Amino acid sequence: MKKHIFSLGHFRHLRWAAFAVVAYGFLFVGCKKKDSAGNPEEIVIGEFAALTGATASFGQSAHRGVRMAIDEANAGGGVLGKKLRLVTEDDQSKAGEAATVVRRMISREKPVAIIGEVASSRSLEAAPICQQNKIPMISPASTNPKVTETGDYIFRVCFIDPFQGAVLAKFMLQRGFTKAAILTDVKQDYAVGLADFFKDYFTKNGGTIVSEQSYSSGDKDFKAQLTSIRSTNPEAILVAGYYNEAGLIASQARELEIKVPLLGGDGWDSPSLVEVAGEAMEGNFFSNHFSAEDKSPAVQDFLAKYKAKYIETPDAMAALAYDATMLLLDAIKRAGTTESSALRDAIASTKGFAAVTGTITLDANRNATKSAVILQIQDGKFRFVETVAP
Amino acid sequence: MDWGNLTQQLINGLSLGAIYALIALGYTMVYGVLRFINFAHGDVFMIGAFTGLYVHRWLKPFFHGMPEFVSACVVLLLSMCVCAALGILIEKLAYKPLRQRSRLTALITAIGVSLLLSYGAQLLFGAAPKGFPQLIKNETHDLPGAVSITTEQIVVLVATLLLLVSLRFIVQKTRMGLAMRALSNNPTAASLMGVNTDAVISFTFGLGSALAAAAGIFFAMLYQAIDPFMGILPGIKAFVAAVLGGIGNIAGAALGGLLIGLMETLVVGYSKNIGIPPGFRDAVAFVILILILMFKPAGLLGKSEREKV
Amino acid sequence: MALAAGLAASVALYAIAPQLDDYAVNILVLAGINIILAVSLNLVNGHTGQFSLGHAGFMAAGAYTSSIITLSLAPTLASAPPWQAQTAFFGALLAGGLLAALCGFLVGVPSLRLRGDYLAIVTLGFGEIIRVVIQNTDALGGARGLEGIPPYTNLIWTFGIATVAIYIVASLVNSTYGRGFIAVRDDEIAAEAMGINTTKYKVAAFVIGAFFAGLAGGLYAHFISYIAPEGFNFLKSVDVVVMVILGGMGSTPGVAAAAVLLTLLNELLRDFEQYRMLVFALLLIVLMILRPQGLLGNFQRRKRKAPQP
Repeated sequence: MKKHIFSLGHFRHLRWAAFAVVAYGFLFVGCKKKDSAGNPEEIVIGEFAALTGATASFGQSAHRGVRMAIDEANAGGGVLGKKLRLVTEDDQSKAGEAATVVRRMISREKPVAIIGEVASSRSLEAAPICQQNKIPMISPASTNPKVTETGDYIFRVCFIDPFQGAVLAKFMLQRGFTKAAILTDVKQDYAVGLADFFKDYFTKNGGTIVSEQSYSSGDKDFKAQLTSIRSTNPEAILVAGYYNEAGLIASQARELEIKVPLLGGDGWDSPSLVEVAGEAMEGNFFSNHFSAEDKSPAVQDFLAKYKAKYIETPDAMAALAYDATMLLLDAIKRAGTTESSALRDAIASTKGFAAVTGTITLDANRNATKSAVILQIQDGKFRFVETVAP
Repeated sequence: MDWGNLTQQLINGLSLGAIYALIALGYTMVYGVLRFINFAHGDVFMIGAFTGLYVHRWLKPFFHGMPEFVSACVVLLLSMCVCAALGILIEKLAYKPLRQRSRLTALITAIGVSLLLSYGAQLLFGAAPKGFPQLIKNETHDLPGAVSITTEQIVVLVATLLLLVSLRFIVQKTRMGLAMRALSNNPTAASLMGVNTDAVISFTFGLGSALAAAAGIFFAMLYQAIDPFMGILPGIKAFVAAVLGGIGNIAGAALGGLLIGLMETLVVGYSKNIGIPPGFRDAVAFVILILILMFKPAGLLGKSEREKV
Repeated sequence: MALAAGLAASVALYAIAPQLDDYAVNILVLAGINIILAVSLNLVNGHTGQFSLGHAGFMAAGAYTSSIITLSLAPTLASAPPWQAQTAFFGALLAGGLLAALCGFLVGVPSLRLRGDYLAIVTLGFGEIIRVVIQNTDALGGARGLEGIPPYTNLIWTFGIATVAIYIVASLVNSTYGRGFIAVRDDEIAAEAMGINTTKYKVAAFVIGAFFAGLAGGLYAHFISYIAPEGFNFLKSVDVVVMVILGGMGSTPGVAAAAVLLTLLNELLRDFEQYRMLVFALLLIVLMILRPQGLLGNFQRRKRKAPQP
């Protein structure tokens, strides 16, 4: 029997040493960190978004919107006489990352408020953390109702899915489609919620759901589900999910000779939607927060500024992120302080705030009541069809 | 009984299965010759798809006036060559030094290589999925009974068949193939008989990688979007396919691949009828793996090998 | 004695915690959780030689079980005195560990006949099956995960459990009974011949390893307050495997140190997220080629058995 080198004697030594070294190391690092209390001459605004990964389009757009708002404010002298500093974290479109980066951002940078996220699932992850730490969080585009239900420090500047689902259902019925199929991304709170609300309104108003299928974000092959749907002969299909899968689904649907229109929610809003699907997307519809074809001065103004800074045309995520940030800055001014409960109250009492995506008044549930627009893809562009008021 | 639906699902399942089969071949050949699971094989599949994307972009100006079919073949063959070279390179750098070590060490290294390839690709190409170009104009052809098949699917099925036939020819009728079979049967005797072990191993890796590259391009054709992590799951499923058919057995790998593709598609397509949510599609392969290893570890077409002391 | 010292150290750490920056505390807790994971996996991989790639599945089992318990008790606990909440937490953790242990048993038994690479893939399969099952069970939050888990984890719990884990695993392996584990690793057939019940040891390794992984999972869930099946996939298992390999398979202090080192490395590289996994991958490959024993391991290099004529 060979003598085991790591008999208990040696063992104790090494383990002690290891623990001691580690403990010392951390004490050292830890104590140092506590000293830096942050620069009192600036206001730190935090942001978390999906800058990379599967839904990078959302994060990139949102980030630009936020950035533009901050830069504009700083150019005008800042807020309450102080400059604004934006701290941005990337959650890589991954579940679990949002919680981690928000936690880190709060403990390291101590922002006065946080803007994020577009995807409801990631907002849901981060919201409890912001709530616990009493840091107001404003989501630009998360439409699932559960987000603001997390607590009184969580807000949003967009409409919620019970409304959006109804909008889509109403639109479908108006166009004479009474038999619909639903294809839902079960990995996303947004999609599941939207599909449920759609189904609710649709069936209560004379429609029938002939088929319900599901998929997961990241799937590439939808032919099995689409083939099943095809055999039930729907008149239209609701694709509740995000743009990259929506694009693939449209493509594969056309390949399977499914000729009926596909409808989606604001999760479709991205230039990449048409990139992958190309012609297959033509004629499909989706609901959104704003249309770049809106002739109102607020929108046109925003378009001009955005194009001047970033060259491209902004999408709804950029506009909403811009609105969220401007609303936050306005609230800071009204509160006269960045102290957390005062700030929270100021945000909660926002009334009639003139924003790019409409006039924002936050209700008792900290949601905004706004109109939705229906867009249709024509010639590879998103064309305005109609506005639906709440 | 909706025959139309079933036939359609079968067609879809077979095209997916063809892709798994191509990848599985690489696993089975390498295992046959080296008794080693090349964990990084799935990532070669991914690199094949990306190579196809960039080769196409790069050579697009030269493709004017050429019939689509020819340009598609050029992209395919070029990608296969690039990946064959990659496979050989990986073998020489990462696996050759470990030939005398335990299999476990090699497996861990293979995992390392796999991660290197996927994360390296993420670094180079970004994590967001990219659209794959239309290599061939894709039309849907109607078949009797509300069933349709697309040009791309036909191409994939036919091309896979051709590749399988060529592989069989190489393995059965050429000297190199003979050497591969000898090595897989008995390495000591083979080298005693003058077989250049290193060359054969390199050739095996190269061949397997080329097939994986083809699979990558076919997959990209059918499913249009590629991303750096697309190879992980198909790679594992293809390994299961190889085991299902009998690891080391080439016909088995092809059969296994087709079966897995079919079963996956059928489970998803009939999920409402059988009560299994479509989210289980990825687990199907694993369940099959566990069942096979418990009941017939040698696989469908394999023969058992007893471990001698 | 060492146990008491370790526990005392944990309490001491907790006492100084308020002096430390939040961020540092975060890292310490994560390091502690990783230590538990590494040490538990080491029992299976290192000491018993059963290469398992499914450890994340056990972690998930523990995480979800404990979370469901605390979440359903949350309303009653909100108004309860703190000691009640802590007891409930302990109970939840324990339940998580036990369920994970059960999973370990279910994984260990079918894997009995498998060796090396096959075992690795099957354990990977089990890990993925666990993940897919969770992903498709709405009661467990499905693919969207569970959020708002009460944050009970702190330094005492983490390091307390880490100390217990280290103590148990180390004493086990160093005992006369524990020699059996190492015997199984070194040469299973010889061990059987010597009358050692290899089945018992293999299953025991899985069960104990899974138990602690379950505890670690529970701690993790109550630390991040949000868990999703994505976070417990194959890549997470690989993370733990890297720790075990770096530290040296079979060396408990080695893997504990490696766990801490890698946690630190993780944080340092967070700004370079793109490169983090690349670094890990290269680390794996280089380690395997140059120093398969890792930092402190005495992993014996086994010559690969040449197939017999």
